[in-house]
Amino acid sequence: MSFINYGQREINCKIVYYGPGLCGKTTNLQWIYQRTAPEAKGKMISLATEQDRTLFFDFLPLSLGEIRGFKTRFHLYTVPGQVFYDASRKLILKGVDGVVFVADSQIGRVEANMESLENLQGNLAEQGYVLEKLPFVVQYNKRDLPDIAPVEELRELLNPTHNPDYEAVASKGVGVFDTLKAVAKSVLTELRRGAGA
Amino acid sequence: MNVVMYEDELNQIQVVVDKLVRDANARVVCIVDKNGQLIAASGETENLDTTSLASLIAGTIAAMGGMAKLLKENEFPTQFHEGVKANIHIQLVGNRVILAVIFDSRATLGLVRLRVKRASDELNTIFEALAKRIPSGTGVEPFAEITDEDIDNLFND
Repeated sequence: MSFINYGQREINCKIVYYGPGLCGKTTNLQWIYQRTAPEAKGKMISLATEQDRTLFFDFLPLSLGEIRGFKTRFHLYTVPGQVFYDASRKLILKGVDGVVFVADSQIGRVEANMESLENLQGNLAEQGYVLEKLPFVVQYNKRDLPDIAPVEELRELLNPTHNPDYEAVASKGVGVFDTLKAVAKSVLTELRRGAGA
Repeated sequence: MNVVMYEDELNQIQVVVDKLVRDANARVVCIVDKNGQLIAASGETENLDTTSLASLIAGTIAAMGGMAKLLKENEFPTQFHEGVKANIHIQLVGNRVILAVIFDSRATLGLVRLRVKRASDELNTIFEALAKRIPSGTGVEPFAEITDEDIDNLFND
């Protein structure tokens, strides 16, 4: 649900990074924060536990420049990945415009990825969204680790509808901006489609 | 479904928040939508990260809403947090937007509550009018004109 402000000529969109615990959602945002020019970003807020696990959300506002005289701003959020924080995840999905699913490529995490994706679908459905109709991008993270599942296998399980997907090593920035650009593009394209309809 | 804000309504909202800053002796007044977008702010905002503040205010309202649901309550529409130098009063207005007032020892909670009540009524009227305007308004037509090139250009740095 984009927020279009004609008074200030701004479009604000909300993108949520979803995925199982320790898959690298916060790492994605940290990399974006580190590599974005100061004038294009706000402060990154992390509501985390003392052990640096996300407790409620991370938040990073980005300004991408202007389209047709409208400033485009993207608010990036992560959800807490750990299973028991489901109530918080539901809250963060409110008003979402686009979702990035960060998958952990390690073979041992295949089930956790699938569980998290099902959880995403369920939580979206509760709020009347259908994942297939939302701008959606999948990131296969941690491609530098040993014992990882082949991308083809992950794609079949996590992205059967062939949304844009990227291999990534978020800790080194690989694939991070590709993922962000893909979801931002998809959100803006959806906005155009909605406007034309 | 997008949230659309027009210049007329934005100006009316700004008048209400400017007045609330004065009437309540507040430091800052913010209007935030429930998804965390800042709609308007007034007062001593120069050195305040209002964007982050807006997302956190929406986060607390969302968390309290979640708690209310678990307790079979409809909402907890009002929150007050007292600090050493600053206090914050957060009010859900018409279940649509959030009105946050940050104040210090120049104001009292009683005064803030009184002024917030009046401002909430005014805001409710504005947002009701806005909600009715959307279906008949011009919608988001400027974006129908966006080209692939416009979108690509955002990323050409």
